[in-house]
Amino acid sequence: MKVMVPVKRVLDYNVKARVKSDQSGVDLSNVKMSMNPFDEIAVEEAVRLQEAGTATETIVVSVGPAKAQETIRTALAMGMDRGVHVQTDEDLEPLAAAKILKEVAASEGAELIVMGKQAIDNDYGATGGMLAALLDWPIGSAANSMSLDGGALTVVKEVDGGLQTVKLQMPALVTADLRLNEPRYASLPNIMKAKKKPIDAKSPADLGVDTAPRLKTLKVTEPAAREAGIKVEDAAQLVDKLKNEAGVI
Amino acid sequence: MAILVVAEHDNASLKDATHKTVTAAGKMGGDVDILVAGKGVKDVVAAAAKIDGVRAVIGVDHASLERQLAEAMETVVTGLMGGYDAVLAPDTTTHKNYMPRVAAKLDVQQISSVTAVEGADTFVRPIYAGNAMATVQSSDSKKVVTVRTTAFAAAGDGGSASTSDADGGIGTLKSEYVGEELSKSDRPELTAAKVVISGGRGMGSGENFKMLEGIADKLGAAMGASRAAVDAGFVPNDWQVGQTGKAVAPELYIAVGISGAIQHLAGMKDSKVIAAINKDEDAPIFTVADYGLVADLFKALPEFEAALEKAGL
Repeated sequence: MKVMVPVKRVLDYNVKARVKSDQSGVDLSNVKMSMNPFDEIAVEEAVRLQEAGTATETIVVSVGPAKAQETIRTALAMGMDRGVHVQTDEDLEPLAAAKILKEVAASEGAELIVMGKQAIDNDYGATGGMLAALLDWPIGSAANSMSLDGGALTVVKEVDGGLQTVKLQMPALVTADLRLNEPRYASLPNIMKAKKKPIDAKSPADLGVDTAPRLKTLKVTEPAAREAGIKVEDAAQLVDKLKNEAGVI
Repeated sequence: MAILVVAEHDNASLKDATHKTVTAAGKMGGDVDILVAGKGVKDVVAAAAKIDGVRAVIGVDHASLERQLAEAMETVVTGLMGGYDAVLAPDTTTHKNYMPRVAAKLDVQQISSVTAVEGADTFVRPIYAGNAMATVQSSDSKKVVTVRTTAFAAAGDGGSASTSDADGGIGTLKSEYVGEELSKSDRPELTAAKVVISGGRGMGSGENFKMLEGIADKLGAAMGASRAAVDAGFVPNDWQVGQTGKAVAPELYIAVGISGAIQHLAGMKDSKVIAAINKDEDAPIFTVADYGLVADLFKALPEFEAALEKAGL
């Protein structure tokens, strides 16, 4: 079974996003960029499927600028087999990304796609669902665990009320939530090995995908600031303030 | 302009998230209809017809809709979109599951988790875990929008919309529901509670969360947690408040032993009043708290509970 994992290069999750003073977006110059954390979990899941002998080949795909190659190398160092880089300098919307990924999935013959449930930069949480729909595949969103049994994939999903289990016919798409697994760190020998693994270069035009944006960003601003309040002396004063000043209890 | 709002419900009762999504739809201008897709949803349809400002309620009753599986919901919603210019749904896990599928089938870009509606095609939404707010204008002929319900007031219940049934056109599905494990609690739902008390990594263990129970009982509060506490296995995942968990905006949010990571703040900073108990006076949670208590929580919590009791709660 061929497993495909799309990954995105994003602002590192430990770096606080700073809004540009001209309100055109978030400043990404000279800041640390990393693989989207949810995608790391998806990569780990693919590598585990490979180690278990379930996956015969694991392919990591990234749609992004030249430096997205580094993100692909990170996944290869974690143990994936080979990469596909669809190079574009535009920050594509999920719809365009999903259309590109659909073409790659079709040409690679992917039978299972595992990907992050959302990218922590634009927070759309839409690419996985869109890709599943374009492929006409079932989806297991926000997976907490997954297991393959014969021709069916059982996915335990994180839902608002707790956990829900669904059974999907293959081929299928799963989006990873935080607790699906704990991604490994790549070892130095594996980082060296990853440098020799192949990465195919493609462009959106090669795949025949129109990437024109549908949304126009009018402005990006800081969120409304919340003023820090006061410090209270003790628990009794806290209760007094909440009851008599704020009137919320 | 005609707008379809997809109802949040559990087949038995209509959820408040629906009323809030109707408010968001109303701000776009135009006629607002509600879709209730589920199994045995007569009562939910009747409740939805009472929401102020709603023109019509469409009920789709089908066995495959009992759990609102992604493919089934995609088929129903996409099938109705011939008659609508926009579809809005709350950004709960049920709707996040299929709305991107609807958008892809309609060939439009979804606009996720909007916190303000500035016109029929212009919306404000948080990006980077709420560290920035993007105002976006859609050029798509139909809009597919999920709504951060904590940002909108609930529409009232004085309306009398017409109701009708529709056939969802659901065919064979490639997925099936197996089961679920829902947290059982007599407490209010996290996203609907007037008071929320959450614990973080500072609680030290799942056992210690019991220290919050007595306080939650006295305040009629829902209980939540930070991602750190969930990752540490103290409490179940559905307790998580934050950008990747639930967004809450209660009258009072009490953060106990929570440092206040950006992603947690994104899920609770719209609360009306925030109180925080943390032993680290430099914890970021104090930058958003209206009332901060710098104290060891193991000492402060029993005192807080005793003080509530003394205040007659």
